[in-house]
Amino acid sequence: MSTLHTVNKSPYERNAMTSCLGHVSAGDLVLLIEDGVLAARKGGSFAQALNAAKGACKIYVLAPDLAARGIGAGDVLEGVETVDYGGFVDLAASATRVCAWL
Amino acid sequence: MSDGQTKKKFFYLNRKAPYGTIYALESLEVVLIGAAFEQEVSLGFIDDGVFQLMNNQDAAGTGMKGFSKIYRALGDYEVRKLYVEKESLETRGLSVDDLMPITYEDEDEDYAEKPSIVVVDKAEMAKLIADQDVIMSF
Amino acid sequence: MSGYQVNGGVVEHDEEGYLTDIGQWTKDVADIIAKAENIDMTDEHWEVVNFLRDYYDEYQIAPAVRILVKEMTKKYGKEKGDQKALYALFPYGPAKQACKIAGLPKPTGCV
Repeated sequence: MSTLHTVNKSPYERNAMTSCLGHVSAGDLVLLIEDGVLAARKGGSFAQALNAAKGACKIYVLAPDLAARGIGAGDVLEGVETVDYGGFVDLAASATRVCAWL
Repeated sequence: MSDGQTKKKFFYLNRKAPYGTIYALESLEVVLIGAAFEQEVSLGFIDDGVFQLMNNQDAAGTGMKGFSKIYRALGDYEVRKLYVEKESLETRGLSVDDLMPITYEDEDEDYAEKPSIVVVDKAEMAKLIADQDVIMSF
Repeated sequence: MSGYQVNGGVVEHDEEGYLTDIGQWTKDVADIIAKAENIDMTDEHWEVVNFLRDYYDEYQIAPAVRILVKEMTKKYGKEKGDQKALYALFPYGPAKQACKIAGLPKPTGCV
């Protein structure tokens, strides 16, 4: 009965991710895509917010969008799982509903 | 599609102010078209989305089509729940009194006019999201 | 862009016959549009057209047919708020055809 939340905006520019993390329920999945992946880089100021959210839900980040932006696998926050497009589909299929944060 | 079993809960999540982008108007149009399918429809307004419901909107000077009055027609289309987030209002210095009055007619109570706007806090909004079958974001 | 000839002037309409500028609507314009639609305007026709214009004035949209039926029933009773009766007045659809005569845009969701 979980929700897959997708976030496609940079947290440095918009509040989409902050708002998303404020509306998740325990057991939900959060997938960062497009500019949303910028939040997942180590050392960024949203690391804390993502770490705090990890307790209640699982955080994923889309690999091709990371690669496109020059963020290597080693630069991704601990505990954030990297998925490819197939993994994106699996997440959507496993969730009861999808909620996009634009 | 009128029996209860096939009805799904549709939730339209609105997070952007009107006029600056096309999202708010597009959302309304989808809601109106979707209303023909007789599903259980409700709307959520969080972040700048709460500005969509401001009272006394007048777009005439912008050259754009004003569409705020359309929200007041939603009751006719059996869209009777407009959930507005308390924290989003407060952050913007707003209260429910700054929003336009929106009502629906309850046919079970001799067409009594009832308010469609329901103010909920963030935790209640999260529960609403977790309770839907389909969520459309704008 | 083509138009309706009304009292020596031209009132523009789109390719489907809906007025380009809702502000140019008059009762004379309505009669001309009705003629183009092969409709002889009676009091019953005017009731629907006026209802649509009032609704649009209040809500900035033209109602879908089922809303029109429901609201006409509330205002004028079951006999007028009847889908068949409305289609008898406006054979190509009360929302579509009556909206056109009322000078309103095509209703949302109407294809």
